[in-house]
Amino acid sequence: MSSTTIDQETSSVQRATLGRRQRLLLLGLTLLAVMSATRVWTGYDDLTSSGTIGAALRLTVPILLAGLAGLWAERVGILNIGIEGMMILGTWFGAFGAWKWGPWVGLVLAVLGGMLGGLIHAVATIKFNIDQVISGVVMNLLAFFGARYLSELLFVGQPQGGISQSPPQSSAIPRIDVPFLSGGQIGDWTSPDLFGWFEEKHWFLIGDLAGILKGLTSNLSLASLIAVMLVPLSAWVLWRTAFGLRLRSSGEAPEAAESLGVNVIRVRYIGLLISGGFAGLGGGFLSIVSSSYYRQGQTAGRGFIGLATMIFGNWRPSGVLGGAAVFGYSEGLKLVAGGSITGLFLFIALVSALVLILTMRATTVRRVVATTVVGTLATIAYFTVDEVPESLTQSLPYVVTLVVLATASQRLRPPAQAGVPYRPGGGH
Amino acid sequence: MTDGRPNGPLGRILTPSRASALRTSRTTVASSLAAVAIALTICAILLAITGKNPIDAYSTIIETGTSSTKLLEMMRRATPLIFSATAVAIGFKMNIFNIGVEGQYLFAALIAAEVGSHLSLPALIHIPVILIVAMAAGAAWASIAAVLKVFKNVHEVISTIMLNYIALSVIQWLFENFFRDDSDGGLNVKTTLLPESARMPDLVAGRLNAMFIVALVTVAVFWVVVYRSRFGFRLRASGFNATAAATAGIDARRMTIIALLLSGAVAGLVAIQSVTGEAFAYGPNATPIQFGFAGITVALLGRNHPVGIVVAALLFGFLDSTSANLQLAAVPNSIVKVMQAIIVLTVVIVNEATIRRMNIRTAERARAELAAGGLA
Repeated sequence: MSSTTIDQETSSVQRATLGRRQRLLLLGLTLLAVMSATRVWTGYDDLTSSGTIGAALRLTVPILLAGLAGLWAERVGILNIGIEGMMILGTWFGAFGAWKWGPWVGLVLAVLGGMLGGLIHAVATIKFNIDQVISGVVMNLLAFFGARYLSELLFVGQPQGGISQSPPQSSAIPRIDVPFLSGGQIGDWTSPDLFGWFEEKHWFLIGDLAGILKGLTSNLSLASLIAVMLVPLSAWVLWRTAFGLRLRSSGEAPEAAESLGVNVIRVRYIGLLISGGFAGLGGGFLSIVSSSYYRQGQTAGRGFIGLATMIFGNWRPSGVLGGAAVFGYSEGLKLVAGGSITGLFLFIALVSALVLILTMRATTVRRVVATTVVGTLATIAYFTVDEVPESLTQSLPYVVTLVVLATASQRLRPPAQAGVPYRPGGGH
Repeated sequence: MTDGRPNGPLGRILTPSRASALRTSRTTVASSLAAVAIALTICAILLAITGKNPIDAYSTIIETGTSSTKLLEMMRRATPLIFSATAVAIGFKMNIFNIGVEGQYLFAALIAAEVGSHLSLPALIHIPVILIVAMAAGAAWASIAAVLKVFKNVHEVISTIMLNYIALSVIQWLFENFFRDDSDGGLNVKTTLLPESARMPDLVAGRLNAMFIVALVTVAVFWVVVYRSRFGFRLRASGFNATAAATAGIDARRMTIIALLLSGAVAGLVAIQSVTGEAFAYGPNATPIQFGFAGITVALLGRNHPVGIVVAALLFGFLDSTSANLQLAAVPNSIVKVMQAIIVLTVVIVNEATIRRMNIRTAERARAELAAGGLA
């Protein structure tokens, strides 16, 4: 939230002199500096430690994939409330494949499982034209109980397996440390650990940057790497290829696309299959990388959090990545060092103060009031709250989504025809 | 106005003539039955693929499900489904998709159990008070989505999904910090037990309590209000075509708020059967979950019509009641839930196809009439 505000503000001030990339870089550095100041002030070193960032990345990936799943579906014009269900199929098929034939086969099966869900959703909404929300809701139920039925058939009676749990897998996706930067191994020789060395020093800004970079480059699962690569890949396919143009036009103006010879029906099928595949991969990540078995309820609403990140990522891959990273980070921090989370209040307070100072000349009264209120509340929270109740922090992604939708919906631009049923030849 | 129909074009659309209503309802019932048959066939194929004998499974369902104790259990299990489906249907009548029944009823169950346990009243007042508190709490939770929709234009599908998860958090926080009864050393993961005066009387001892009657009454009220009152007409008109309704002086925003509040209020009653009749408290493990989503499927299956909802809820209650016996017959009982989801999917698909065919036929008939008129 605060980051988008800052983006807006710095952009209006600096627009004349800096390009978009430089502005983003400046924004990133500023936020990092504020975070670093927060760390030094509070002494919560875990705010930017490699351990926190590593955990954050692992927690970001499933949400990211769910968000991309939503994006691919809505970009071709179909709402996908069934992401959660497709992820469940991914967790089940992924765990089954990984248990039988190893983790890579597991990931492939997870993708196929998700695509099966995507196909059912596609047939129901495109071929039979039923309400897309209804189809999604039924998909979630079908996947949940379908996985339970299959578990009862195939996992019950296996060692440590049961109706709500698969047997554990014996091998995992390899994890790597990048040589020289994060102390990876070359042969038997352990290379120096550059980022780690700097992180230990805890210098202002440099220590934090090193911690973040080490978190991203050490103990890195190849599956995470693949998942993150899917962000630029999605952006490239959707915005830089002719195929992507056809996909997006099916979600923006299907009649116009049809009049130009695009097979909207086929394009929508493809979009939903990709959507299901992404969701399935996200599920597979949960049951193969984040853990080593399938468990009922493993997705824990991540499909819906993904939907949320898609919304306030403004239906763009980079936005989805940003949203997923915010949630992944707050979850990771909670996991690694729950006590540090109060430091985030100070961070928010400092960011609000900075926004006020930087935008003093060009802003509206409303914005000043809003920023001041946020800053004051965060300051009060920092000095009074010792421990944020776990039960309430869980709902953070959902609250943030509602606040964004209620306050910034003018800036959001969903695909024009997402959710509207389409029949070929209906445009005349 | 001879047959009590409201005037005007909207009236003709929303309240069709007897003959065409009969034709529609006959088609509806026939297509629903066909859809259920298709779904059962699909499930039989699934069972066969996974190495189970579908005939054994189905005969177990029919044999065990029709005993008198199982029929009582069917009614007991149908009760929360009737409330939940009615809540969803009220929304649908105004073209609002309330996916938030889950959060609304769990929040209401917690509040009603907590409030009910601190009152001492005669039973004749105590039980109605609990029902009213539950309805108010459900409506209060739904009001967040209503406000967001009307004043901030946030689509209710997204807001109610998010509010479901927020409700779970808020409930957990309230329960752990304020409402949990620690008097017996924390063994009891529940709110304070309700006093005798707050306990719902049984219709059949230990098998079915009076919430079943409350559910039937609720459905009846739903029918009267939605299909026989001025307000219901306005509600359906607004849901059918908000612009047309607005020109007739119906405020769509007001209707949205009222519909969501009513929906939330009925949703508030979903878990009261358990709170006042079985667990006598709210508890994270004692209060049934997932009825919000099941309610959506029942409403869809029952086509949002009061009679349809009761029939669909009884059908699902029947299937649920047989699941224990299926387990004995070595068929995984989750097939029952899979079957329910498939039934709903096929019913919705068949319904969609039927409507399309009927529309085409109506258009053809109109065209034929026009052609005939032109010749004459």
